[in-house]
Amino acid sequence: MTALSGFLLSQWYDLRDLGNPVRALIDWINGWGDGTTFHWVGYIVAGLIGAAAIGLFLGIAMLSLIWIERKAVSRIQIRYGPNRTGPFGLLQPVADALKLMQKEALTPLAGDKIVFWLAPVVIFIPTLLVFGVLPFGPKMTAANISVAVLYIVAIGSATPLVIFMAGWSSNNKYSLLGAMRGIAMAISYEIPMVLSLLGVVLFTGHMDLNGIVQWQQKYHVWLIVLQPLAALTYFISASAELNRTPTDIAEAESEIVAGYHTEYSGMKFGLFYAVELGNALAVSGIWATLFFGGWWLFGLDRWIPAWLIFLGKMYILYGALIITRGTLPRLRIDQLLDFAWKFLLPLALVNVLVVALEVTIWQENGISAGIVLPVFAVVNILLSVVLVVGYVQSFGFARRQRPRRARLITDTLAAMPQ
Amino acid sequence: MVSLEHFLVVGAVLFGIGLWIALSKRNAVLILMGIEIMLNAVNLTLVAFSRFVKSDTPIAGHVFVIFIITVAAAEASVALAMVVSVYRNRGTIDVDQIDLLRF
Amino acid sequence: MSGVGPVSAFYVLAVLSIGSALMVMAARSIIHAVLFLVLFFVSLAAMFVLLSADFVAVAQLLVYAGAIGVLVVFAILLTPSREQRGMETKFVGPGLLAGAVVAGTVIFIAFNTNWPTASNDFPSTVDAIGQALLNRWALPFEIASVLLIAAMIGAIVIVGGRGVDLDPGAAGPSARLVRRER
Repeated sequence: MTALSGFLLSQWYDLRDLGNPVRALIDWINGWGDGTTFHWVGYIVAGLIGAAAIGLFLGIAMLSLIWIERKAVSRIQIRYGPNRTGPFGLLQPVADALKLMQKEALTPLAGDKIVFWLAPVVIFIPTLLVFGVLPFGPKMTAANISVAVLYIVAIGSATPLVIFMAGWSSNNKYSLLGAMRGIAMAISYEIPMVLSLLGVVLFTGHMDLNGIVQWQQKYHVWLIVLQPLAALTYFISASAELNRTPTDIAEAESEIVAGYHTEYSGMKFGLFYAVELGNALAVSGIWATLFFGGWWLFGLDRWIPAWLIFLGKMYILYGALIITRGTLPRLRIDQLLDFAWKFLLPLALVNVLVVALEVTIWQENGISAGIVLPVFAVVNILLSVVLVVGYVQSFGFARRQRPRRARLITDTLAAMPQ
Repeated sequence: MVSLEHFLVVGAVLFGIGLWIALSKRNAVLILMGIEIMLNAVNLTLVAFSRFVKSDTPIAGHVFVIFIITVAAAEASVALAMVVSVYRNRGTIDVDQIDLLRF
Repeated sequence: MSGVGPVSAFYVLAVLSIGSALMVMAARSIIHAVLFLVLFFVSLAAMFVLLSADFVAVAQLLVYAGAIGVLVVFAILLTPSREQRGMETKFVGPGLLAGAVVAGTVIFIAFNTNWPTASNDFPSTVDAIGQALLNRWALPFEIASVLLIAAMIGAIVIVGGRGVDLDPGAAGPSARLVRRER
């Protein structure tokens, strides 16, 4: 009965939070000897368990995501998708992986061989490191660091350099073009991303992800209600760095062959592909944690395992990424950079200003959260709708790029290539 | 046992290496990289002092490092802009050939 | 700071940072030098974590490994490639001497000064840094923002202007990206 009412916390057999058995194991190891000599064994075991869990989770998630993504995108585009290998094409990811492993791994003769081999390996590091701080449950964080939000941004800012390594060492002009495009896009979209995360940190007063989830639990609200502008700008700017279809100018196959991984074949290409999926999953996980309550689900997390809730949210939000991928066409690079600097950046700045005002009003006057939070929610939602719609109406591309009817013969002649 | 002196030695060696790079390289970008290494060595020393030396406000070392990082970012952007500008005007970034003011 | 973990971590990181700094000097290709420089920044960030300076470590990663690394890469790609080899001037020997003298002096001072030691083990530095920046160091904080604005405008003015190697009629480095209406 106690289990049913959700009061089985912190025992080792309480599997609703897989941090409990691990914690019990580490405590048991730390108790060896006189209680201090074997702490280093505890550290090593904890690190190994965390690394193995993240590696296992990412491996399984990537295999499943390949199938889910291909199937969903093909349904959006009115195709069948993989349906030959196994039931419903379920074995397609396995077949893909086997095929990639068997392929010959070519190395360009004039390229820089060490950097060329290093790039697909190094590009895995940021992905794995981001998963290290995601709270899968109240105690299921591999490394609960106090500056996790900033850490995620810092780790993400290392990816463009690795893309540059891949593009430069290939000694191929398409690779280098793709790498330069990728860097230009990544450093443009980093700024609105940081500003939107700044809004969240200001509002909650926490920089660790578990603290942000607990803040949402305390006030019983998802942050997307209170911070719709930040959620929007974060989603757009973070998904822009993923090199997926609406923003995949770094590997636009109709323009620059395959961008920075033109020269990569076999499993090295497979690693780039896997990292793209892993990064997309990481972005949806961060989005779920910051704006959708993470492992907390209005008290249901007492009965349903917290990590199942988190995984569910992560996969549902991954669906948003799949839909954007399946429905939007690729943008040009100037449109993308304009979008970052002229649309997302002002919105994120306005959001930071508004959040600072609201936090001042709330904290300085000591108004209770029950009164002030609904007001903020209504104000912020209205503000974001007005800003987005107004911006799109008055500054967007729509009005200027409306096709114009040719009225005079000179108009048509001017439009013709000379 | 690791104490303050260990970190100071590492910081000093890194500063020396940075100075060596800044003095002996021909390419302006590499000189800038030497300067960045020197700034980082100073940062390491400051944080080590803030960790190991008795003080009323030990956090002051961290604040100072934050300011150094800010100034270094500003310095790097302006200096690299100057490098690009010099290349456009003179066709080279070899500091030995940028000698217009030399008598 | 004692125990197996911190001590071994210190020696590994010391070797890594000094080695990568030396490789910046020794690397033949300037791109390799940049990559070693980024490795140096990352190992120094790990050293900051060892010194329980978490915020500074993350700021180091963000600004140095992310922003300055990318900036340097851009600067290299915008400048000539023929100067990427044979990069030492005749001051290699004197430079090494100067670096050794400075480092030796600092090491001598470090070992011959009686430091009032303590162990300030911060659990988390973010709150403390925020309080310090906005109370005691509020004026330098504001001046830093002015400095950043000045640097940004300065960089744009220096590089922008009337570009000589752009196509005629263009007005700046982003001119190639200007949308053509027709």
